[in-house]
Amino acid sequence: MSIRNIVALAFFGVVALFLIFGALMTHPFGEFDEDNTPEMDQYIIDNTQSETGADNGVTAVVFDYRGFDTLGEATVLFTAVAGVIILFRRLKK
Amino acid sequence: MSGMSRIVKTMASITFPLTMIYGLYIIAHGHLTSGGGFQGGAVVASSCALILVAYGSVWTMGKIKEKSLSVFESLGAIGFIGLAFFGLIFGANYFFNNFLLKQDIIPFFNAVGTGASNINTAGIIPLMNFAVGLKVIVGLFTIVLVMAYATTKLKGEK
Amino acid sequence: MLFNLPYIAVVALILIGLAAVIFKRNLIKIVIGITLIESGVNLFLITLAYRGGSTAPIYTATTTEETIMSLPVPHALTLTSIVIGVAVLALMLTLVVHIYRHYGTLDARKIGREEE
Repeated sequence: MSIRNIVALAFFGVVALFLIFGALMTHPFGEFDEDNTPEMDQYIIDNTQSETGADNGVTAVVFDYRGFDTLGEATVLFTAVAGVIILFRRLKK
Repeated sequence: MSGMSRIVKTMASITFPLTMIYGLYIIAHGHLTSGGGFQGGAVVASSCALILVAYGSVWTMGKIKEKSLSVFESLGAIGFIGLAFFGLIFGANYFFNNFLLKQDIIPFFNAVGTGASNINTAGIIPLMNFAVGLKVIVGLFTIVLVMAYATTKLKGEK
Repeated sequence: MLFNLPYIAVVALILIGLAAVIFKRNLIKIVIGITLIESGVNLFLITLAYRGGSTAPIYTATTTEETIMSLPVPHALTLTSIVIGVAVLALMLTLVVHIYRHYGTLDARKIGREEE
């Protein structure tokens, strides 16, 4: 048991303790009281059909209410494909 | 990689159009039921990867021109951003404006969705679904094809 | 304790992934550990979107004014996170291929030492 293994084990133990303590102390699964009532999501559910005209709430949020996140995600996908093509250009040709 | 036996090639040729139609259905009905651009694009890309595994990467690379793959991906990205820019010109001054929903000139995309699942609702959202779906299909298939083709002779070189 | 079971599953996934990243030597096993951490975070985002007794947030011919629906915003954030995970995995695997071609080994403790 070198000094490297003991430090790694101690770090892993501290992170595990934090995560388990956090999992047991959250609010119970699926209940909402006065501390965390969703107001933004209630507005989206009530006004989707009249403002966007779509029947699917998730597609209306992805493309209309939060369109900039979809723009950033399309850019990340494009950059990943460009990076893979550039990195493999000298192996074959 | 080299191809597989004759039975595998025949069954892959039969499965490929069925899975592609299923994936295009998921992309086209994104504003009415679950699905959309990203999910349907992943289904079609996985069916194209089935053809790549069954026939071998050397045969597949001989059938596809690389210029057309990059043109399709750029078309998807330009279509998505172009539709967002058109919202600046017509009407209000913010990006991603749903301009096809608020006008009377083109009578097709004008309806507001009730629960009856008509396909001509929701303005600009079906066109955006097609643009993002095309980008995801070509992007994921290009990643798998380039990685399979470029590592063909890796063990022989070392 | 049973009412927090999805959160305990999230913590189990993240801890298994973290143990694979810290204690293993093979590069491919480290990449698999990073993907496990990514899956745990996606599960956590989806767990936050549930209300008691709710259905999917889709309007059909049978929904009335009083049906309870799930919150749609965490579903959208999870979609973005999954696609970003795929992009990061593709770039990590190309780097592993280049490392194998240059050093000849996949051991994480024998690469990167130039002077000894």
